Amino acid sequence: MPISVERSLLIIVVCGLVVFTTRAIPFVLFSGKKEIPEIVKYLGKVLPPAVVGMLVIYCLKAVNVVKFPFGLPEFIAIFVVVVLHVWKRNNLLSIGVGTVLYMVLIQTVFA
Amino acid sequence: MKQNGYVKAVKAAFPYTIPVLTGYLFIGIAFGVMYQEKGYNFLWAILMSILVYAGSGQYLAVNFFAPGVSFLQIIFLEFMVNIRHVFYGLSLIEKFRDMGKKKLYMIFSLTDETYSLFFITKVPEGVDEHKFLFSIALLDQLYWIIGSAIGAIAGTLIPFDTTGIDFAMTALFVVIFVEQWLTSRNHLPALTGIAASLICLLIFGSDNFILPSMICIMIILLSGRKVMEEKEVVENAD
Repeated sequence: MPISVERSLLIIVVCGLVVFTTRAIPFVLFSGKKEIPEIVKYLGKVLPPAVVGMLVIYCLKAVNVVKFPFGLPEFIAIFVVVVLHVWKRNNLLSIGVGTVLYMVLIQTVFA
Repeated sequence: MKQNGYVKAVKAAFPYTIPVLTGYLFIGIAFGVMYQEKGYNFLWAILMSILVYAGSGQYLAVNFFAPGVSFLQIIFLEFMVNIRHVFYGLSLIEKFRDMGKKKLYMIFSLTDETYSLFFITKVPEGVDEHKFLFSIALLDQLYWIIGSAIGAIAGTLIPFDTTGIDFAMTALFVVIFVEQWLTSRNHLPALTGIAASLICLLIFGSDNFILPSMICIMIILLSGRKVMEEKEVVENAD
């Protein structure tokens, strides 16, 4: 271990508290109130699809489209996931096939 | 009786969590391997996965276990990497409102994946909604803990090349995105998320674009409220 046990434990506790704080902030701000403001209800409805869109981009943030393999493994695998999912609507199948395909692509075809 | 309710809820929740199971096992393993390489055995990995429970947060935190990193830095970096979560709860205030003692854990365990799952899962008939949501949250964390322990114990012994297996997480979000797209008729929020994040990624770069993206999304959604709600009304009238 590069640092002491006490310090290591403290780091874990501090990280835990910080992460928990980020998740708890909206609940602390709005939980006490009897009536949730309309604007928050509205955000609750429209925010999730936007956030999921953001998370997709977040997963792809390291993709470099101007350098080999130009993000092709990602785009091919995502294309397959989308088509498969629209067709079969089976979460596990879409994710499983997409992941295996991606692994094969980066380990062999685009290695 | 009470116990039965939980068995039923876990059984109903499990199929929904399978994608997270795959994803968490493998990104959990990656975390365990990284942490173990710093000289921390599986007990440490388990402890961190119990107390912190954040994917990107824990990947980042591995770097804090070195001499010369101040707690101020730790707090700041950890907060920044997780800041998107500040906005997640806004959608769940009502859902969690009457969850009593479970509520604290529901908030604690609100990762990207669990949060996303809540919006594609339908509570099956005859299953208690609160127990169902709680089961999803708990199962997800269990996968994460198990994954990180495996990584710390045997990560280097895995007999096949796991390169790219973390794509399971990308695929999960893509599936949730498609699922939302197919079930809702107002696609403006989803498009806002994609467009704002792409533009912010180009402007701010891959390390710093999440907070600006989140702010842009909030501004667009808030200022476009009238348009969005009109669209909603028109569509419901169809």
